[in-house]
Amino acid sequence: MNHDLVSLAAIFSQLSLLAFGGGNTILPEMQRQVVEVHQWMSKADFSALFALAQAAPGPNMMVVTLVGWHVAGWPGVLVSSAAKFGPSSLVTIAAMHAWERFKTRPWRRFVQAGLVPMTAGLVAASASLIAQASDRNWTLGAITAGVAVLAYKSRLHPLWLLAAGSVIGLLALGWS
Amino acid sequence: MPPDAPQRPPARIPTLAEIFTGFLALGLTAFGGALPHARREIVERRKWLDADEFTDLLGLCQFLPGGNVINLSVAVGMRFRGVAGALAGLLGLIVGPTLVVIALGVLYQRTHHDPRVEHLFAGLAAAAAGLLVAMAVKIAWPLRRKPEMALIAVLAFVAIALLRFPLLPTMLVLTPVSILLASKVRR
Repeated sequence: MNHDLVSLAAIFSQLSLLAFGGGNTILPEMQRQVVEVHQWMSKADFSALFALAQAAPGPNMMVVTLVGWHVAGWPGVLVSSAAKFGPSSLVTIAAMHAWERFKTRPWRRFVQAGLVPMTAGLVAASASLIAQASDRNWTLGAITAGVAVLAYKSRLHPLWLLAAGSVIGLLALGWS
Repeated sequence: MPPDAPQRPPARIPTLAEIFTGFLALGLTAFGGALPHARREIVERRKWLDADEFTDLLGLCQFLPGGNVINLSVAVGMRFRGVAGALAGLLGLIVGPTLVVIALGVLYQRTHHDPRVEHLFAGLAAAAAGLLVAMAVKIAWPLRRKPEMALIAVLAFVAIALLRFPLLPTMLVLTPVSILLASKVRR
């Protein structure tokens, strides 16, 4: 239990500082740590928690809270949240004074431009790993593909797409 | 700021409680990405920042590690009330969604042995994966005309998704290369 809390703190504080380009870039590493290294849950469970977090309101990394809760209950929630949101927030506080000076420097644009392909590769990795774990049959694969096309082509609210996916899952996979 | 720039009317500085409740409302109402909501709340409804200030602060938040909206709650709080304000903004933003998501987690744990619930959640997870796929395509598509940058994206994908390398060493190797390439391409 105590050991788990230390591991949660170590994992999420590292991810907090590596999450350039937003939360979805760190999903593969989170999955690797949670599923492969610590074996707290299966790949499919991790995808289910990620999906639950996507269906909830708020910032898009609430899967962190669910992982903490799954591993160690309320203490896990507190430790994971503090570790995930604390370090990056301290960086933000520290950077606010410097921002006025460095926002116009050329290196800032190069750093920002250089991070774009990293973000692209990492979000694509997230998509691939979450889809592999979620799409256990053709019906689920078709839901993923359909939602992807609609989310890309249309301006439908993501919540409608999640709701549609759930209903199709319920109906198409049978009532058994 | 040039001397003839129009002076913003001196808006009242929000209190700690207002920062907390402002972000609490934002956290609980923002479904599927909080950023458009954040702009509406902070700029249009509460008028804490004007459009340029918001864009400037968002630029910082996107540059730094961490979720954009999380960083924004910290930056806005910090700007008005220092570290206490930053804490008020951050806690306000995450406390509501934390409780909601745990309630969903409890519900899932109690019910997921029911096959219907299992099918519902399987569909939900498949749809969530679809949203990620669309987001990946949106981010990657503009790279198609920049072969060097596209190569970095492919290498990052292969290292993380296929070879399952840890993130830290992958970033330590690829990010400097990518930044160097970006500076060469621009010149």
